[in-house]
Amino acid sequence: MESSIFEKANFRIAGDCGLLVEYGDAIDPAVNQKVRSMAMALQNNMPGGVIEIIPTYRSILIYYDPLVTNPLILKETLTDLEGCLSEIEILPPKVVEIPVCYGEEFGPDIEHVAQIHHLTPQEVIQLHSEPEYLIYMVGFTPGFPFLGGLPEVLHTPRLKTPRTRVPKGSVGIANGQTGIYPIASPGGWQLIGRTPKRLFAPELANPFLYQAGDCIRFKPISPGDYQRLSDMEVK
Amino acid sequence: MDTFLVITPGSFTTVQDKGRYGYQHVGIPVSGVLDSFACRAANLLVGNFEGSAVLETTIAGPQLAVLKETDIALTGAEMEAKLNYKPIENWKTIRVMPGDVLTFQQVKSGCRGYMAVSGGIEVPEVMGSMSTYVGGKIGGYDGRPLKKGDIVRRGDGPLLDTPRHLPKKWIPRYPDKIILRTVAGPQDDHFDEGLAKLFQSEFLVTPKADRMGYRLQGTPIEHRENVPKSIISEPTMPGGIQIPADGQPIILLVEQTVGGYTKIATVISSDIPKIAQATPGDRVCFEKIDLDTAHQLYREQQQKLEELAAHLSAGK
Repeated sequence: MESSIFEKANFRIAGDCGLLVEYGDAIDPAVNQKVRSMAMALQNNMPGGVIEIIPTYRSILIYYDPLVTNPLILKETLTDLEGCLSEIEILPPKVVEIPVCYGEEFGPDIEHVAQIHHLTPQEVIQLHSEPEYLIYMVGFTPGFPFLGGLPEVLHTPRLKTPRTRVPKGSVGIANGQTGIYPIASPGGWQLIGRTPKRLFAPELANPFLYQAGDCIRFKPISPGDYQRLSDMEVK
Repeated sequence: MDTFLVITPGSFTTVQDKGRYGYQHVGIPVSGVLDSFACRAANLLVGNFEGSAVLETTIAGPQLAVLKETDIALTGAEMEAKLNYKPIENWKTIRVMPGDVLTFQQVKSGCRGYMAVSGGIEVPEVMGSMSTYVGGKIGGYDGRPLKKGDIVRRGDGPLLDTPRHLPKKWIPRYPDKIILRTVAGPQDDHFDEGLAKLFQSEFLVTPKADRMGYRLQGTPIEHRENVPKSIISEPTMPGGIQIPADGQPIILLVEQTVGGYTKIATVISSDIPKIAQATPGDRVCFEKIDLDTAHQLYREQQQKLEELAAHLSAGK
């Protein structure tokens, strides 16, 4: 497969404090790996005046203080850093298992998803819980993982009208993506199940179970297990 | 120190500070005050660090019973504040005493009011900030707006020897038509005539306007032909002007981290307070400036704040 990594990074101006750097134009594990390597290189050695960096699918937003630095300096720093990427050690991805109770009240759209693809709900569950999904990025709400690698037979468009409230823990599908809602929020993804696992614990030093670059595997559980695991979680 | 008892909370009153930085990559937006100028001025008036936690009120302010002596400074929107039912002015410090009652009415001008207190409002820090992020249920009072019966605490901070006020030249006005200076991009290349239209048209603030974003209404901004209307989800910046498929702009604010719509231009940081003070029905125009000018304006804004801080501390 041809790589969609840009030969040269593409820079875009995002206001007076933001510089957006793009490393490719597709949702592609190789592009995302480059993004994560660059993000790690930056974290290890934060250039002066950089307040925060936000890596996503194929781009990084550099949020800077214009009193200290500017896009010209940052572009140079980033280009230099690209030359040293081979020295960056990316941690081996952690595989996090997420228990999911599929269907019924936990996944109100599973019948609809099954119908669209001429599958049974059971087949949807099997297909969805088979792959190891790469977490391309985390965002939208605290800890919401954007997962790539959804089997093509499950690709389903978003709901025509988004729900005003999606319950916490819901597992959904939007086109070629799948993800989990760690907190209750509005949302338009097709909901096929729900996890009893608490995915955002702000009181902990590390409030999240995973980060971008890790993998998630879904493990189907029964409603009884859902209840039992849910009772075990700190509320 | 228990300093106020909330008698009525107002329509949407939250604790905010300068924001929660360093967690956008895990989906936690910066939050924080929307009008950073009004917040900084309020804090400097009472002698706090400029990013200390304050109360941010929206449209209709609260009613508070004073439990503990403190200095306060009210800035931002004009909400006809009264101390013991006598009018008090914004942009100056006022000493309040136990037994006093502080009331606010419906907003007269502007949208968001700020109240700083000696020592700063005190709530537990969550991930390095006291700011309330209602969507994520963190910060402030369990991540929610104030409610009746809440006790508002303040930190340890000395009271002022003499009252202070902000000289008139620094006090902003909140007209019902605002001009926002913007830098083109990040996706200005997805537009041709749409870009010209953005800078030539006038837009209305719709009722869908909150800390996440302000939806505007006006001449639809069309994308260039043959470019996708949505893009691979990427980080968003406060001030980013998002153009969804219907062409009606949305100015993104402080409670969003990623989005999949193109952003035609970005409002400069020192003009975000103007949006914070805009209410539905207000008119918005955009002016295009280049990045060098934007950075020059940024420096001037910082200079203005430094002068203001120096002026206030000299008048001790």
